[in-house]
Amino acid sequence: MNKHTPNGIPHTTPRQSATFTQDINSDIRRAAATGIYDIRGGGAKRKVPSFDDLLFMGASISRYPLEGYREKCETNVTIGGLHAENPIELDIPVTIAGMSFGALSGPAKEALGRGASAAGTSTTTGDGGMTPEERGHSKKLVYQYLPSRYGMNPDDLRKADAIEIVVGQGAKPGGGGMLLGQKISDRVAEMRNLPKGIDQRSACRHPDWTGPDDLEIKILELREITGWKVPIYVKVAGARPYYDTTLAVKAGADAVVLDGMQGGTAATQDVFIEHVGQPTLAIVRPAVKALQDLGMHRKVSLILSGGIRSGADVAKAMALGADAVAIGTAALIALGDNDPKWEAEYNALGTTAGAYDDWHEGKDPAGITTQDPELMARFDPIEGGRRLKNYLKVMTLEAQTIARACGKNHLHNLEPEDLVALTMEAAAMAQVPLAGTDWYPGKPGTSY
Amino acid sequence: MQTLDLSEIGLREVNKALHAQSDDTNQTAWTIENARGSHAIACGLDAPIEVTVKGSTGYYCGGMNKQATINVHGSAGPGTGENIMSGKIVIEGDASQYLGATGHGGLIVVKGNASSRCGISMKGVNIVVQGNIGHMSAFMGQSGNLVVLGDAGDALGDSCYEARFFVRGEVKSLGADCEKKEMRPEHIEFLKEILAEAGMDADPSEFTRYGSARNLYNFDVDNAGAY
Repeated sequence: MNKHTPNGIPHTTPRQSATFTQDINSDIRRAAATGIYDIRGGGAKRKVPSFDDLLFMGASISRYPLEGYREKCETNVTIGGLHAENPIELDIPVTIAGMSFGALSGPAKEALGRGASAAGTSTTTGDGGMTPEERGHSKKLVYQYLPSRYGMNPDDLRKADAIEIVVGQGAKPGGGGMLLGQKISDRVAEMRNLPKGIDQRSACRHPDWTGPDDLEIKILELREITGWKVPIYVKVAGARPYYDTTLAVKAGADAVVLDGMQGGTAATQDVFIEHVGQPTLAIVRPAVKALQDLGMHRKVSLILSGGIRSGADVAKAMALGADAVAIGTAALIALGDNDPKWEAEYNALGTTAGAYDDWHEGKDPAGITTQDPELMARFDPIEGGRRLKNYLKVMTLEAQTIARACGKNHLHNLEPEDLVALTMEAAAMAQVPLAGTDWYPGKPGTSY
Repeated sequence: MQTLDLSEIGLREVNKALHAQSDDTNQTAWTIENARGSHAIACGLDAPIEVTVKGSTGYYCGGMNKQATINVHGSAGPGTGENIMSGKIVIEGDASQYLGATGHGGLIVVKGNASSRCGISMKGVNIVVQGNIGHMSAFMGQSGNLVVLGDAGDALGDSCYEARFFVRGEVKSLGADCEKKEMRPEHIEFLKEILAEAGMDADPSEFTRYGSARNLYNFDVDNAGAY
């Protein structure tokens, strides 16, 4: 490059704008070319305060560790013991989040059921109803009750081990959904009572109730229909966690599923994903406080989701007061989604392994988020189930390793006192001390 | 005739008794006394029985009904017959909002008026209303038929799919992507049958048919303003 213009004046170094970044500029060019916003999955990709900003302190002179190969660290969890005749008993506190048949292939749903069952945990249906292969391969299956009511029927409702009333998702608090026509196979269309090949819109509000007073009556109806046998969860996005948790408990929920903005399997507008909702780290303490204020902590279960990836995340969520977590994106990656072995095909779709998030378009090279028979044939549900089981086991072992190091004989015994934060933001959100101090922003009794 | 007094035994015992009936039960006639606006009365039934509810009901009476016939001798609260799969619900009075929401099959008959969002997201149910229906009725209706002998409020059939709407009176306004359709002989024939089944006396030729214009079936940026 010439360092000088012909008149001898030096060039300045070309400088990219921090405001108009290359990413932003590509968004503008795409919008200008198409006239429509970008839709994708994958959850919030911006960097937000997260569990990575927390550390466990471990044992010391004042805390005894447990011997890893000699002393037990239990992981079981009971969900729904408050009102239901048959609460859900899980061996591990990591569950599989709701993802629909339609968005996912039948074999992918089967693999989720196989893996979850082998690891001793539950899986969850999604928008589109319950498939026989999913019910058949899931020892514990949570049936989602969504605004669209696609595939909803009382027979499947009674086959469920729990019911999850979905009010919101972390990726899109206050938003509905759309399954594009190219994913609407004959079977998907039949299950949803719609013609093949047309876009299927999901409403953002339930069609027959509005507000917490109605929700209480809706829960009553579902309990009556299922004979008060199974737990009823209420899933909310991490929008206003204190009030939403309070209202869900007052409406009679057995469990609250709280989904942060990193929750990624829902396809929606990029602007929605990145600009609406709160990070998972920020929502757990207000929800726990709501439960404590009502005297319901550990009675009404709190299941946290949105970007949970490892046993460390599980342990941190539980230390902050959650009873269990749910994983979606991480489960898809364990099954084989975004695997670099498909790099050439990701490149052909204009993306790269790890960044592929157009799951809603049905062209997934890994054959997981598609209804294309050729792509689906690439995915082996037995192998996928084995991989998911392994991953769940590793997450559990990792969480146990941390809990033992903190001297805890059950994951539920982890507590905020075990944690410090690396940043002011994380300290404020998690309400644990900034590392090296005994202080966090907003700590009662402090002036700033 | 089996009689259940809701004020004496409570909702759980009433529904438990009705849920205990099987396909071959010989206890086919039931009366529920003292409904008094209670919620979730006779929801989740799945047997060929006939249930008469004395008095007005609260939310979700007959919710997710299969096979059973439910007669409400009063008015019915919100969400009556929600997600009905089969069978029949007859309401002697008026019906509140969300009547037959997401219903997959069966028949709901209202002898009075039905409020807003009647038949919202309907997926195969047939609904016949002798009086008028409120605004946003059959929003996102997927399949089934909504027959109205009176008038319809604003935004009938907004964002509907393949559900059909037959209105004898005035329609205040149509919702997005809902349009007036031709009445063909098969529609007259259908109306004769459904009106007879509902016990209504009306001339099918007086009805106008409405349904989806199918312009919003696949996303098109030029239609973005209609969403």
